[in-house]
Amino acid sequence: MSRLVIDQVTVHYPGAARGVAALQDVSLVIDPEQLVVALGPSGCGKTTLLNLIAGFLQPTSGRILLDDRLVSGPSAERGVVFQDDALLPWLNVLDNVAFGLQLRGLPGAEREAMARRTLQLVDLQGFEQHPIWQLSGGMRQRVGLARGLAADPRVLLLDEPFAALDAFTREQMQELLLRLWRKTRKQVFLITHDLEEAVFLATDLILLSPRPGRVAERIKLDFGHRHANGESARSIKSDPRFIETREHVLSLVFAQREVSTT
Amino acid sequence: MTPTEMSIGDDSQSLAFASELAAKPARLAGNFLLSVNTISTLTIIFLLVVWWATTTAGLIAPLFLPSPQAVLGKFWLVTTKGFMDSTLWQHLAASLGRVVCALIAAVVLAIPTGIAIGLSRIAQGVLDPLIELYRPVPPLAYLPLIVIWFGIGELSKVLLIFLAIYAPIAIATAGGVRQVSQNRLRAAQSLGATRFQLLRYVVLPSAVPDILTGIRIGLGTGWSTLVAAELVAATSGLGFMVQSAAQFLVTDVVILGIAVIAIIAFALELSLRALSRRLAPWREQGIS
Repeated sequence: MSRLVIDQVTVHYPGAARGVAALQDVSLVIDPEQLVVALGPSGCGKTTLLNLIAGFLQPTSGRILLDDRLVSGPSAERGVVFQDDALLPWLNVLDNVAFGLQLRGLPGAEREAMARRTLQLVDLQGFEQHPIWQLSGGMRQRVGLARGLAADPRVLLLDEPFAALDAFTREQMQELLLRLWRKTRKQVFLITHDLEEAVFLATDLILLSPRPGRVAERIKLDFGHRHANGESARSIKSDPRFIETREHVLSLVFAQREVSTT
Repeated sequence: MTPTEMSIGDDSQSLAFASELAAKPARLAGNFLLSVNTISTLTIIFLLVVWWATTTAGLIAPLFLPSPQAVLGKFWLVTTKGFMDSTLWQHLAASLGRVVCALIAAVVLAIPTGIAIGLSRIAQGVLDPLIELYRPVPPLAYLPLIVIWFGIGELSKVLLIFLAIYAPIAIATAGGVRQVSQNRLRAAQSLGATRFQLLRYVVLPSAVPDILTGIRIGLGTGWSTLVAAELVAATSGLGFMVQSAAQFLVTDVVILGIAVIAIIAFALELSLRALSRRLAPWREQGIS
């Protein structure tokens, strides 16, 4: 089982205002089977953090280790799901899901079988031959999830994956993500600016604060576990304890904001 | 389909209508009875009728504008007996042959050039000014130079058309390569793509619609360079046919030649548009 370590990472963007770091001294450990959600307003560096873990970006100082090996660039062991799906429109659903396996050089029949199995996981069986531009936003996001999972990464990174979806679809996708997380037992790192989503999904909620971006708080939660154990999303979200936690996190966000504006 | 009918339709239907609406621009002035295509056809028929009426009434001398019947008669004569030792089909085949040769050479060379310009700053620095310098120069201006360098054979004719096609394809390819979505590249990288795989499976397919646009524009300019190319010691070809007919004031053959050139150009344009719709249908849906 893999362990992701972010060790005193600082990022300065070239050309940005002097002295203000996108991320300042961020340290974080993501253990196996955790579902870590980074929450914060825009400009708090959560996208920067995800890009660092994905390997799209190099830290100015500090380092990132996956199983004690230095992360130096993008790789198939860290799968990414994007907000705008980033699918390839010239491929159909099946070929999009099989894309990572194709890049790895797997023979056609094998990668097709694997892609079909993964599509079943995200409830898209029957859509294998559809062109992706005929699908709705929620279905495209399912294809994106399936593509990430089919390549069997050790860590799954999600960059505000449900932000562009309507409220109904978003909740369905959150439940789907919890089911997939439970089933595949992968460690998941997700960033969002949606408070309720963060509280609902996270086993570990990381609260980021802006200018400079740093970790303000880390909170252990169990609502995702409860849902994975069979409790319905509605019953969890209307549980007084859920509402209390949500308000607590909200007050922390506001407290951060006051600190940063004074 | 009126707006009210649309709103009562069930979900899947209104979805289909929505995509249909997205493809066609909304009309402000309510529903016309005639489609744009019908109006275009009517316009052409109207022009033909005016042409026929003025020439048949004797308002214009046949030397300046022969009647449609005369041009049609000439069409029959040129296809069966020929003009300047070749039938119309032979002229057409000669011209198409030159354009197709030039097109194949241009596609083979311009796509790699465009990819290089789009990917590498050095290639861009070297090739961009060269292409941008020669591209705006009218082909007739550098035609004498090509004749001095390469003689008056087929090579010079094909080369002239090639140069006209090459620049638009290279520029469009470079543009397409530069516009590849960063997230698609990143998605492929996080699935383990190598640099070559990125190029082969993401960059190139992303640029296909732009390459096709480049080919369409290139073929347009290449086809219009044809007449200039066939100024050089040609013995067949549509451009040659028109020019020699003009020298003998055979106006009906001139008009026939022009009409054939126009129809071929139009057919090329339409078929390339259809090809691009087939190969990149997502562009119609507003997905880049």
